[in-house]
Amino acid sequence: MSSKRNILERIRANKPGPRPLPALPPDPLAGAQEQWEATFRAVLAASKTTFITTADLPSYVRGFEDKTIVSTVAGVPGNLDPHSIADPLQLAGVELAVLHARIGVAENGAMWVSESEAVHRVLPFITQHLILVVKRDDLVGTMHEAYRAIDIQETGFGVFIAGPSKTADIEQSLVIGAHGPRSLLVCLD
Amino acid sequence: MTHAERAADFLLDEARTDWHDESLWQVRGKRDTIVHAIPEWEALRQLGSDIKDNVLSNLDTYLEQFERQATANGVTVHWAKDAAEHNRIVHSILARHRVNRIVKSKSMLTEECHLNQYLKQQGIEVIDTDLGERIIQLRKEPPSHIVMPAIHLKKEEIGQLFYEQLGTDEGASDPQYLTEAARQHLREKFLAAKAAITGVNFAVAETGGIVVCTNEGNADMGVHLAPVQIHCMGIEKVIPQAEHLGVFTRLLGRSATGQPITIYTSHHHRPKEGGEMHVVIVDNGRTEQLGREEFRNSLKCIRCGACMNTCPIYRRSGGHSYDHTIPGPIGSILSPGIDLKKHGDLAFASTLCGSCSDVCPVKIDIHDQLYKWRQMVSEEGLLPKTKTIPLAGAGTVLSHNGLYNIMGKAARVALSHAPRVLVYNGMNPWGKTRELPEVPKESFKEWYARTHKSKF
Ligand code: SF4
Repeated sequence: MSSKRNILERIRANKPGPRPLPALPPDPLAGAQEQWEATFRAVLAASKTTFITTADLPSYVRGFEDKTIVSTVAGVPGNLDPHSIADPLQLAGVELAVLHARIGVAENGAMWVSESEAVHRVLPFITQHLILVVKRDDLVGTMHEAYRAIDIQETGFGVFIAGPSKTADIEQSLVIGAHGPRSLLVCLD
Repeated sequence: MTHAERAADFLLDEARTDWHDESLWQVRGKRDTIVHAIPEWEALRQLGSDIKDNVLSNLDTYLEQFERQATANGVTVHWAKDAAEHNRIVHSILARHRVNRIVKSKSMLTEECHLNQYLKQQGIEVIDTDLGERIIQLRKEPPSHIVMPAIHLKKEEIGQLFYEQLGTDEGASDPQYLTEAARQHLREKFLAAKAAITGVNFAVAETGGIVVCTNEGNADMGVHLAPVQIHCMGIEKVIPQAEHLGVFTRLLGRSATGQPITIYTSHHHRPKEGGEMHVVIVDNGRTEQLGREEFRNSLKCIRCGACMNTCPIYRRSGGHSYDHTIPGPIGSILSPGIDLKKHGDLAFASTLCGSCSDVCPVKIDIHDQLYKWRQMVSEEGLLPKTKTIPLAGAGTVLSHNGLYNIMGKAARVALSHAPRVLVYNGMNPWGKTRELPEVPKESFKEWYARTHKSKF
């Protein structure tokens, strides 16, 4: 007997009787729309994320000019076109990536970046610094609403990002910049 | 060696025990703060629990649906009935691609299957990339916690380890500096890896995708750079639909470390261009646990570690004292099902205070199950003599009123004259760290009869 059949048969023999799938409640923060932006900012600030205005963005990015910049955001010039790259290893030297995020979640600061926004799956991770641009209109309350707003299988890969990469594996001391970006900057457009 | 004996070793260093205890209690505190900010928390736990109940009762159909969807997405799905088959499957994928070095992010399942050792024997080097896991891998130790694998180590020890193995400055122990050194060291490995392995937090039946949660971004660095990606999951990781991720992502980070969500919640549905994606679905004793009506709830676990952080025994005995891949309260209800003789004593590594059940985001009745395992251990005749002899004696005395009165009196007389060795000896571990209260001259019954005589 194949292992698949073996496992499925054992499950059938051993599983409990039917239990209903509960219906999910409406978004608990749905009524507090006017607070979403403040909550979003506060939560992200707590996870060491900073904010930048749309107006300040181009000049900030120009500060990285002598390094490798990838930008897919209109009006923000980069110096490496991600579409011109075949092998993701060629992104190893990227210092700054400026990308769109599809939605932002007020309760935890998570932002959805799918493969279409990232161009290369590894880009939002391999870059030393990351800037995400998200529209105010694309904020939602909680993760319940977030999963209703996106289609997780629309692209082969998609990620919620809620801060710069971090670790606390050495004596619980928070260190920013574990393997991914050393900083995350968010531009609410 | 029993859990109590290994715990005794851990407790020899009192200052270190206190430090370990406090570190974990701090994480528990962070969890409390963030949980209290969610008014609907209890309802959310209930939802998590109910969804998982539904999963267990439809596990076969959800897994089949997952496989169908994943296959349609271009993912290769494998089934492994046990650890050995899991290891062979992973090895065969690697062998086909002639890969001799891989990067791996945290996966308790691969720990459970001892994949690292197996691959090493086949000549394949495994590099664990989660910082905590890398640390313990360099120290050739198992993880002591499922979320914070190196929580038992001091930064000075990690500094010394990195000095010896990664060439950092001698005596340096600043976490920032050490993390940076690990980042540089591991980035090289990521760039060179031809295959990457991750665990799975959730597999979505409806969409055929898998979700991996990390803070460091190590799983993604590995998976997106290596042409071959392999994700290993236990059968219980499947959930029905994408919208249920809303419930579990809200529960997981908050319960685990007191974060509103992990930094990265990555959804993998199709292989990258020119790449390969494999999912290995593993049983390894889970279907057996599913058949144990009283214990099947343990399969609802989302591996947040909250029950460890809150457990007064775990905090003061350390993860290694459990001698099982998953330590702490959840480990103590999973491991007796695997080997009752070897792990049965873990059912006693608890005060039955119930704190684990109180924090569990999917409402597993952990402490009730611990109690039930104790009964199983006793029924199977596996209780040590230090427990059976006194218990048999107590049973006789407690069931006979007259005997109880006599024994009480005898004890009061005897205890006030007995040499210490009678109480504080090897048969009575209770006496190791405790002093008996002063023995009263009369029993409550006698006192009541004397002082309330007139009323009778
Ligand atoms: S048993 Fe509950 S609290 Fe413990 S790790 Fe599993 S989900 Fe978390």
